[in-house]
Amino acid sequence: MHQVIPGAPATGLGPAAPSDRPDPAPARIAQVVERSLARLGRRPEQVLQHLIALQQAFSFVPEAGIRALTERLDVTRAQCLAAIDFYAFLHRTPRGQYNILLSDNITDRMLGSQRLMQLLCERLGVDPGVPRADGRVSVDVTSCTGMCDQAPALLVNGFAITRLDEDRMRHIAALVDTRVPLQHWPQDYFAVSNHVQRSGLLLRDLEVRDAGLSALFERGGDAVLAEIERSGLRGRGGAGFTTALKWRFCRETGQPQKVVVCNADEGEPGTFKDRVLLTAYADLVIEGMTLCAGIVGAREGFIYLRGEYRYLLEHLEAVLQRRRELGLLGKQIGASARTALRSGLSVGRGTDAGINAGIGPDMDVISGAAQTGDQTSNQTSNQTSAVRGRLDAVDGPFDFDIQIHLGAGAYICGEESALIESLEGKRGVTRKRPPFPVTAGYLNRPTLVNNVETFLAAARVAEHGGYWLRSEGTDLSAGSKILSVSGDCALPGVYEVPFGTSVRELLDLCGAQSVQAVQVSGAAGSTLSAEELDRVLAFEDLPTAGAFMVFGQQRDLLEMVRNFAGFFVHESCGFCTPCRVGGVLLRDLIEKVASGRASAHDLEEMRRIGDLMRRASHCGLGHTAPNHLLQTLEKFPWIYQTRLASAEYTPAFDLDAALAEARRLSGRDDPGAHLAS
Amino acid sequence: MAIVEGRFRLDGVEIPFQPGQTIMDAALAAAVYIPHLCHHPALLPHGSCRVCVVRVNGREVSSCTTPATAGLEVESETEALRALRVAILQMLFVEGNHVCPACERTGACELQAVAYHCGMLEPHFTHFFPRRELDASHPDLVLDLNRCILCERCVRASRDLDRKRVFAVAGRGLDSHLIVDSPTGRLGDSRLELTDQAAHICPVGAILLRQRAGDVGERHGFRVPIGERPYDRESISRVGDVATLVEES
Repeated sequence: MHQVIPGAPATGLGPAAPSDRPDPAPARIAQVVERSLARLGRRPEQVLQHLIALQQAFSFVPEAGIRALTERLDVTRAQCLAAIDFYAFLHRTPRGQYNILLSDNITDRMLGSQRLMQLLCERLGVDPGVPRADGRVSVDVTSCTGMCDQAPALLVNGFAITRLDEDRMRHIAALVDTRVPLQHWPQDYFAVSNHVQRSGLLLRDLEVRDAGLSALFERGGDAVLAEIERSGLRGRGGAGFTTALKWRFCRETGQPQKVVVCNADEGEPGTFKDRVLLTAYADLVIEGMTLCAGIVGAREGFIYLRGEYRYLLEHLEAVLQRRRELGLLGKQIGASARTALRSGLSVGRGTDAGINAGIGPDMDVISGAAQTGDQTSNQTSNQTSAVRGRLDAVDGPFDFDIQIHLGAGAYICGEESALIESLEGKRGVTRKRPPFPVTAGYLNRPTLVNNVETFLAAARVAEHGGYWLRSEGTDLSAGSKILSVSGDCALPGVYEVPFGTSVRELLDLCGAQSVQAVQVSGAAGSTLSAEELDRVLAFEDLPTAGAFMVFGQQRDLLEMVRNFAGFFVHESCGFCTPCRVGGVLLRDLIEKVASGRASAHDLEEMRRIGDLMRRASHCGLGHTAPNHLLQTLEKFPWIYQTRLASAEYTPAFDLDAALAEARRLSGRDDPGAHLAS
Repeated sequence: MAIVEGRFRLDGVEIPFQPGQTIMDAALAAAVYIPHLCHHPALLPHGSCRVCVVRVNGREVSSCTTPATAGLEVESETEALRALRVAILQMLFVEGNHVCPACERTGACELQAVAYHCGMLEPHFTHFFPRRELDASHPDLVLDLNRCILCERCVRASRDLDRKRVFAVAGRGLDSHLIVDSPTGRLGDSRLELTDQAAHICPVGAILLRQRAGDVGERHGFRVPIGERPYDRESISRVGDVATLVEES
C-alpha cells in the first residue's frame, strides 16, 4: 500500500531555485498570479489567498505581484499591504529559502525550545528574525503551532517537524547548509502523531458511514434539528452557545445565500485536538458541515484552516474531492447519493484508502500505515448496507460545496467575526455586534460558524439521536469534551472525557504528578492552583475550548506569564486601544518584575490595566488576555512578591545609568555627578 | 417626521431614540455629550477608541456601536467610567508622540479636548516614544503619523464618502499604522484632494491642512491664535466635534 505521510512535503514544495531570489523574474510572478487567479477567481475577497500563493512561491510577496493583483481584482495596493503586514506568515521582503519557525508556546519552552533555537542559530550563523546574508535560511519564533504533545516543534516552509532535540537540530542545520530539498529530508521528521490517549462517545467510532446525512435525507431537517436540540449540544469552541439555536436562527432567516463555515483556526496556545480531528476524522467533520448546510439551507461552505496546518491541505482536499465524487458534496446532495447507492457504488473511504491510511486515532501517522487495509474495506461494505434502504428523503436534495481557505498566522482569526473578515480577504479584525454573523456574516450573508468538534458531534447526534449525547456529561454540558493535554505529564495527547470530569481525574489519566498549576482553555483561559483540582470541566464551571496544560512543581510560573503576555502583544489585532496599548504596558511591567526592578506599585498597576482590558476591550481577545496575569496575581502572588525590588516604587529604568551620557558630555565622574544609590 | 421608537435612561435622564439609532446617536441628538474620538456622525460606527465606553446591564460597552433599546439603563458620567476613560486616553497619549504645546492643532484637537473634559492631568503611563513617519509630499496636506490615534475616520471617510480608499490601516497590534494608497505610499502620489471629506475629518493633528494665503477658519494653521481656538474657550462637551465635513455642493 502506498504510504502517505500527511505531514511530509511531497513534491515541489522545497526551496525555490536561487535565481528566483531575491528578485524573482516578472514572468514567474505573472505565472504564479495567473495560476492563482485561474484556481480561485477574481473576486476581491480571494486576495488573501492570492497573497498566500505568492508568499509560498517566493518566500515573500513581491511588489510586482501586488501590482498584478490590483490590476486584476478590485483591491488597492494599500489593502494588499495592510493584509501582508497583518498576517505573520506574509512578508514584504524575502525570508530565507528555508524559512524555519519554532513554535514558541510555553510548553515548547518547557521542553527547551529556546535553547534549541539558539543552537540552530549558532550552527547556521543566523540571527533570529533576520534572513542570512546569502538568503539561504531564516529562523524565527511563531505562536503555538499546535504540536504541544510532541513538542518542541517547528515549521520549515510551512511543514511541521516535531520532537526536536539537539541531534535533530544539528542535522537540520546540516541539511540546510547542504541545500537538501525538503522532500529529501528524513520523512520521519515530518511525522505528526495523533496521540489519542482516551476515546469516548465520539472518538471511539472512527467509521465513516454518513449516517447523520442519511438521517437528514430520511427524516428531514426539522426532525434532525430537533434531535440536535434534544442533545443539548453546545459549541465546542469554548463559548458554548447552543448549537441547535444557532442553526435554527440561520434556518429561519429569510435571506438567501447562506454560508456554513468550519472554524479550523485552532490557535489557542496548548490546543491541538482539531488537528487530530481533521487528520483522522475529516469525513465526519465534513459530514457535519454538510448536514448543517442541508438543515439551514446553505449552498456555500468554507473550512478556515490555520496556516500552521497547511500540511493537512492536500489530505483535506482529497477528502472533499472523494465526497464530491460520491455525491455527498456538490449538486443535488441526497439525490446523487441515492443514485450512487442504487448503482452499487461504494460510499466511503474505499476510493482513496491511501490518503487516510495510517491515521487512525491511536496510531502514529507512519507506523500505522500498513494496518488499515482490512479496516477500510469493512467500513466500506458496512456503510453501503447501512445507507441502502434509506432512499426516500423527506427534504429535497440540496446543493452545497466546501472551499478551504488558508489562514496566515493570526490567532485573532479564531474569533468568528475576525475569521469572516479574513475570509473576505481583509485583516482579521473583529466586527462589532450586532449584527451577528448568523444574520450578516460573510459578504453580509447569513453565516453559521462552528468549531471542528461541533460539526463532528452534530453528525453523530444526527445519527444516534439527542438522548445518545445526553448519556454522558452534565445537565448543562451534555456529552463529552475532546481535550488537548500537554505539559508536565507522562502521556500528553488527545483525551475525550465526559463533561463533568474533574481536573484531578484528567491529571490522573494523563499521568501528571506533583502538579503546581493547570492552565485550562489556553492562554486566554483559567489558571488553576493545586487547591482547585476538584473543579470540573463543564460549561458551568470550567468552560474550555480544549487546551489543558500541566505545570509541575519545578516550574517557575512567571515564565508562563511572560510567555502568555508576549503572545497577546503579538496577537492583538490592534483595533482597540485597551488591548493594543494595555497589552504592551502589561508585558513591559511583567518584564520589569522578571528583571527584579518592580515594586508593589507595579503590581497594583498591572491589576488596574488588566481590569481595564477586561472591561473596555472591543472583543474577547482583549477581555481574556489579562486572565493569566490577574489569576496568578491572586493565586500565586509569591511569583511576583519574591522578585520585588521595593515595596513602594522603583522606576522602570536605572536613573544613575541614564545620566551616563550627561557625565560623559560634561567630563565629570565625581561622586556629585552620581545619584546616591 | 422622525418616529420615536422609545426612550432609554442615560445617567437618569430620559433620552428618546429612533429606530436604528445607537446610544451615541440618540445621546448626541438629545444634546447629551458622551466623550468620543473615533465616532463621527457621518460615518459608520466603529468602536475602536473605546473612549465612549458606558455601562449597560452590568457591563461596559461602546455607546457608539450599541443599539439603543427601550428601557435601557445607561451609566456614563460615573466616577468609575470617568477613571476608565482617563486611562484609555492616557494610553492613546503615551502610544504616540503628542506634544500639545507645539502642535498646530492645539485648542482644536479633539483628543486634547476630550482629555481636558475627562479630567486627565498627566499621561501616567511610560511613554512609548515610537518613531513614526511624517509625509509632507502633498501640496495641500501634511500627514504626521506621530499624532495618529488609529480612529480610522479618514479611512472610512475616504472609502465610504469620497469613494477613493486613499487610507488603510496596516499591520497589527502596536505595529498598526495608517498607510496611504499610492504607488509610492506617499500622500502626494495618492488621489487625496483638499476637497475630499477625508482631508478634514481627522480629530487630531495627524492630517493637517497646509496654510496658504487667503485661507481662513479655525483649523488653518496658526491663523487663529492659541488661546482663541474653539476648545480654548469652551469644553468639547459644548462645542462638539470640530472636524467638520466639506459643504456639499
